[in-house]
Amino acid sequence: MSSVPEIFDTLSYGPAPEDASAVRQWLAAHPEGFSLYIGGQWRASREQAARIPCLNPANGEVLSSLTQSSAEDVDAAVKSAQAAFPAWSKSGYERARVLYALGRLIQKHSRFFAVLESLDNGKPIRETRDLDIPLAARHFTYHAGWAQLVGRELADHEPLGVIGQIIPWNFPLLMLAWKVAPALAAGNCVVLKPAEDTSLTALFFASLCADAAVPPGVVNILTGDGKVGELIVAHPGIAKIAFTGSTEVGKLIRRSTAGTGKSLTLELGGKSPFVVFEDADLDAAVEGLVDAIWFNQGQVCCAGSRLIVEESVLASLVHKIKTRLAHVRIGDPLDKAIDMGALITPAHRTRVQGFVEQAQAEGATLWQPDIALPREGAFYPPTLLTDVSPANIVWREEVFGPVLAATSFRTLQEAVELANNTRYGLAATLYTESINRALELAVKLKAGVVWINTTNQLDAACGFGGIRESGFGREGGLEGMLDYLRERDAWLPAPQADAARREKHGERPSGATPLARSGRMLAETLAAESPMAEPAGGIDRTFKNFIGGKQSRPDGGLSRPVQDARGELAGWVAQGNRKDIRDAVEAAFRAERWADATAHLRSQILFYIAENLALRREEFIGKLRRLSGSKGAQARAEVDAAIERLFAYGGWADKYDGLIHTPPVRNIALAVPEPIGVVGVICPDEAPLLAFVSLLAPVIAMGNRCVMVPSERMPLPALDLCQVLETSDVPAGVVNIVTGDREELSATLAMHDQVDCLWYFGSKDGSKRVEEWAAAAVKRTWVNHGRSRDWLSVRHGEGRTFLRQATQIKNIWLPYGDFA
Amino acid sequence: MSSPAGADSKIAFPRLVPERAQVESEASAEAMGGRGIEFDAGWIDRVRVNLSAVERRVSTLPKRRTVKKAWQAAWLLKAVSLMDLTTLSADDTPGRVLRLCAKARAPVRSDLLSALGWGERALTTAAVCVYHDMVPAARAALAGTDIAVAAVSAGFPAGLSPFELRLEEIRRSVAAGASEIDVVISRRHVLLSDWCALYAEIRAFREACGPVPMKTILGTGQLGSIGKVAKASLVALMAGSDFIKTSTGMEPVNATLPVSLVMMRMIREFAERTGQQAGFKPAGGISSAKTALTYLLLVKEELGDEWLRPERFRFGASRLLGDIERQLEHQVTGRYSAAHRHPLG
Repeated sequence: MSSVPEIFDTLSYGPAPEDASAVRQWLAAHPEGFSLYIGGQWRASREQAARIPCLNPANGEVLSSLTQSSAEDVDAAVKSAQAAFPAWSKSGYERARVLYALGRLIQKHSRFFAVLESLDNGKPIRETRDLDIPLAARHFTYHAGWAQLVGRELADHEPLGVIGQIIPWNFPLLMLAWKVAPALAAGNCVVLKPAEDTSLTALFFASLCADAAVPPGVVNILTGDGKVGELIVAHPGIAKIAFTGSTEVGKLIRRSTAGTGKSLTLELGGKSPFVVFEDADLDAAVEGLVDAIWFNQGQVCCAGSRLIVEESVLASLVHKIKTRLAHVRIGDPLDKAIDMGALITPAHRTRVQGFVEQAQAEGATLWQPDIALPREGAFYPPTLLTDVSPANIVWREEVFGPVLAATSFRTLQEAVELANNTRYGLAATLYTESINRALELAVKLKAGVVWINTTNQLDAACGFGGIRESGFGREGGLEGMLDYLRERDAWLPAPQADAARREKHGERPSGATPLARSGRMLAETLAAESPMAEPAGGIDRTFKNFIGGKQSRPDGGLSRPVQDARGELAGWVAQGNRKDIRDAVEAAFRAERWADATAHLRSQILFYIAENLALRREEFIGKLRRLSGSKGAQARAEVDAAIERLFAYGGWADKYDGLIHTPPVRNIALAVPEPIGVVGVICPDEAPLLAFVSLLAPVIAMGNRCVMVPSERMPLPALDLCQVLETSDVPAGVVNIVTGDREELSATLAMHDQVDCLWYFGSKDGSKRVEEWAAAAVKRTWVNHGRSRDWLSVRHGEGRTFLRQATQIKNIWLPYGDFA
Repeated sequence: MSSPAGADSKIAFPRLVPERAQVESEASAEAMGGRGIEFDAGWIDRVRVNLSAVERRVSTLPKRRTVKKAWQAAWLLKAVSLMDLTTLSADDTPGRVLRLCAKARAPVRSDLLSALGWGERALTTAAVCVYHDMVPAARAALAGTDIAVAAVSAGFPAGLSPFELRLEEIRRSVAAGASEIDVVISRRHVLLSDWCALYAEIRAFREACGPVPMKTILGTGQLGSIGKVAKASLVALMAGSDFIKTSTGMEPVNATLPVSLVMMRMIREFAERTGQQAGFKPAGGISSAKTALTYLLLVKEELGDEWLRPERFRFGASRLLGDIERQLEHQVTGRYSAAHRHPLG
């Protein structure tokens, strides 16, 4: 113990231990460890598997033990959730009260949670106390509001059912809150598996559920290792899987759920860029880096782990980083004056060390501050690697530790290229005092979240989630709620049921609306008398693929016959193959300026397509009648609906606006719907013109470029549309059309890494395959599972569902203020 | 790839000032008693401060660091030793100043110091801070101690009296025996971004001070933006200020943590580039022991231990000492203390 005069002279820091006695008592009161929380009861497993020890990462101490859940336990949990679902999903105010109570209970036990989390995870008490726990409570109270409002504000949506949720060890209670709160708010019931390294706060949370009057079965918590996760993912009673964890496991889950119809959101790994311009507040950027990569020992999926600095200030910034890191304190996580605690396990520490060694072997320069490190426990110092090339392992792979890799850039364009040169796309941070630079970069960075002059800002009101191999789906905000809901009656049970359905719902075909009919009375009169087939003796038509704005012959030099309704040859179309898809994707990729075109321009072009299609209305009606054998009225309805649909998306193009979220900080948080990029679209056989247009129009209205595979059986209307597109100022490469075998072409598109998203409207088996293939690059998909939509109806055939599928939400955090 | 980190290893400090300016500044610094550099407009132009980030740092730092028990007592005693005990009132009299000086000589009850194991060392405040007319009284009352007498000057608090009179006021206070001079700047130079004029003004003040250390009061509550606080700080340092000080205590907003952090960072940057370590004095509004500890934490973390001494850091305060005394008694007895148990200053 130092004396007062000694401390006076040195102004050293002393110990500041947090009191852990209440948590220790609670652990001691469970000498046998913990059981499972199923149907509102604590239950031992039906099987006697080996117990899982809970270890304190700071010193290896055994805190307690967990139950390994069995298949029977998973089944019991799902069944109890299913049983609770009908009543729970119908409530609104009741759900809101329960969620509010859960939020309040977390607050009431906040210090207990904070200490327990720190003991179990190794992260500093400062972080659990100031961030994890308050934010967890915030998620429940925020979503209590949604529980109250969802039935009114999202009345055309319904909850999904039982949600299987698998969460990681880096933010144990917070991730629970992120998963459980929105799921319950939407009216779902949950079966949640916490990480086996960090289950204790989830178990304490379970013990509070009764106090919050959570009905039995609404929340079920199963402990155990990855096998339990697999059992949950595979259980047929699960309607959706929400997973946060590694990209590797995310891909396995995508494969495992393929074709089952289970909804899926994945929040996976990242290698997030942290861009610093020369006109940044460099001291602010340094503190940002502390929050980015040395927060939670760097075990943060959205950690800014790649520092990209303007070359003119690289030396200056590196100097500042080194000065700052010399002040970092590492040690007992329960000490209130500690910045960094322990990594999750000794094995993980070894893994982080391995990354650093390999990075050095690949040319990086290592720097670590000369600061005290505890002798025991899984501690690792804050680490700076400079001279890191884009090929270096620490530039490409997620280390999940306190390791920053740095490089420099010369121009904004180069910064963008370096930042986006990754297969991940979770978060991005940028520091500059220029609003022009900031917003330009915010738009150009490929990420689900962008922080400007701040980093790792998280709130329940804002959507969080990634793109590319960082996953899909959002948590938080309206966008997060929608991922726990589905549209009511979104699909017809089987194809060809359109007409029956329309009769049942009393809907009229959209083509019969006054708007669509206006200005074409004369044409209609003429059409009534027009012949069913084209006149014989015309010039032979050649239908090619449409790639990069040109009609191009298929690579294989093969054509396939298309028959009309009477079984006669209607024409030969290109037999597209892998290489045609490759060329089409290349053309679409190069047309990236479409994403930057103004929404007004996209709108004008969609209207223009409609205008030009209307000019050729009679021809299309006639061809449709011949091809499908449909009556004149039906063909007219389809063509008219297609024209009107183009008008609808001409309207939507500049009206699908984003939101401004309101997190509790001085900040503007923009939720911007952005185009996904290159979208592949496999069209259904029904309504060969209308379905094609209904899928094409929202995709390009939102700024995507697409590769369309028209109906395999009736591709001719789509190919005729090429000429309409060519005359409508659609830039080359924005729309590409390849005809051929649906399954073969969808396989190529699903496995093409430059395709960012794939829409598939085909068979049930085909849907399954597409989801499996898409897993390799965590590609977003929208498949029909063999069901169909009533394309003629506005409700089924157009609107926000399509626009949502054609966009991804980017949340841009922009703190402001200058008046000191 | 190019090797930026290699470049870093070759130079000790960020190389943002051209070599030529560095040489010139060293020469001129010598001319000005080792303080200050030539006016450098480019450096001022490059200053960037993000207020939200600054606020985040000052709001999270007190949660990252804390001192308890013996550490808290020692840190509070340090705060006492860094204090400019201040009376700046129109009704000050020699008798009032005498009482204040007595408090400066013995700021903490001796029984408390004994109980804390303080021993025989002297514990005094760093200075007393008064108006010019009170300098003789303060000097007399502090004779035989190391306690400095600081005089506010240069038309304090508004700085709007004739420039020559402001210079003369400084010279008179120095002649009267003030060992430190606290000057105020013309806030309009900052509001009009006339950095050159500000530099010239402060430099004239500095020359008038002669060998006596000068603290430059920026009046941060009246400067309008955090960026201007930073730039004014930098100009004050270029012009040779020994200390930069937040406020007069008379502005509607005085010392705040965000403003203090920005000023400290300018001091750090200036020291890194010129080798000249200037001091920092937050003044006005610091009245609780807890706040004082936060300031010390901020200095320790942002500037480093070498700034935690009277030559580099001061609190300008009149009420702070009372709260520190109560906290120290609580440390000793475990009982919450009352103001009337501690001698009036």
